Amino acid sequence: MAFKSFFRFFTKLFRGKRDIKLGFYGPPNAGKTSLANRICKDFTGEQIGSVSKVPHETRSVQFKEEVNIEHKGKSLKFKMIDTPGISTKIDYEDFMKYKIKKKEAKSRAKEATEGIVESIKWLNDMDVVVIVLDSTENPYNQVNITIIGNMVARKIPVLIVANKIDLKKAKMKKIQEAFPEYRVVGISAKYGKNLDEFYDAVFDLSKEV
Amino acid sequence: MSKKRKFKNIKGFSIQFLPFSEIKNLGSEERVSKILRIVRDKILILQGRINAEEETRLIERSMQMIGKNNNFKGIELAVISSDGKKGFFGKMKKGIVNALSGGELSAISIIGPATIVKDIKRNPKKLELLLNK
Repeated sequence: MAFKSFFRFFTKLFRGKRDIKLGFYGPPNAGKTSLANRICKDFTGEQIGSVSKVPHETRSVQFKEEVNIEHKGKSLKFKMIDTPGISTKIDYEDFMKYKIKKKEAKSRAKEATEGIVESIKWLNDMDVVVIVLDSTENPYNQVNITIIGNMVARKIPVLIVANKIDLKKAKMKKIQEAFPEYRVVGISAKYGKNLDEFYDAVFDLSKEV
Repeated sequence: MSKKRKFKNIKGFSIQFLPFSEIKNLGSEERVSKILRIVRDKILILQGRINAEEETRLIERSMQMIGKNNNFKGIELAVISSDGKKGFFGKMKKGIVNALSGGELSAISIIGPATIVKDIKRNPKKLELLLNK
């Protein structure tokens, strides 16, 4: 324990005042950009990216530098990294269900595959990762388990966020049962619900960086 | 003269079982390559599981294959393992067994091409494979 504290002290000393890289990961349409937007808007007045009901709206990694989050009298500076949703399959025909024309659907599908590859490449470069899950969906998705497994292998602190708790179908308990070894915070990025607990958790995890 | 059978071609699928011993001595990249070769057109049932980093590499490489290979739209994958609330000693025992056997042999991985496997519904106790018509 003493060694761990000593190690952390030296890591912080040499890291200096570098921004903490806070990554938002998860499956498509879970609300990663909505949450990142909510934080960025609250502390910088600007958004990080656009949101849509169409999956894979975020198809390249988006950044917001120097986001100074102030919470309960403390302040930490983050580099926010919003990543495209990770999935194991992309079919352009799925985009056509949202009245997108074939040519554009194919182009979106191509960009979405490239976005997933980019998301995966960024895994190595995070300090803290927030995994955003849709609390109305089944959490036992292999992609979620794979992402968390990668964080564990890389010793990156992880926070699981169960988003969309404002919806009737939300099953926060199911997410807690699926990931009993992790801190799970239920929020609504859309309505800004329970963000205090979210910031508590992010500040706690940032101590481990 | 016998009548010609008028059966239409039935779109079938193959399932291949792969014992872990077949990939045990391969490097990560070779393991992923071997799995990808199979799951282009077959459902793979793998004894054991590859590690999380290899799973990520599998997703990454399958994304790179979309658009380059005709009709390949990615994969569906699911793993069921005996992970449970085992406590410290249970986990330690499992870790030793895994280290000796070279992988988590008590797990089963199912990986299939998205063109055949529509979805894999999973909960802690069961896996349900939904196939495309």
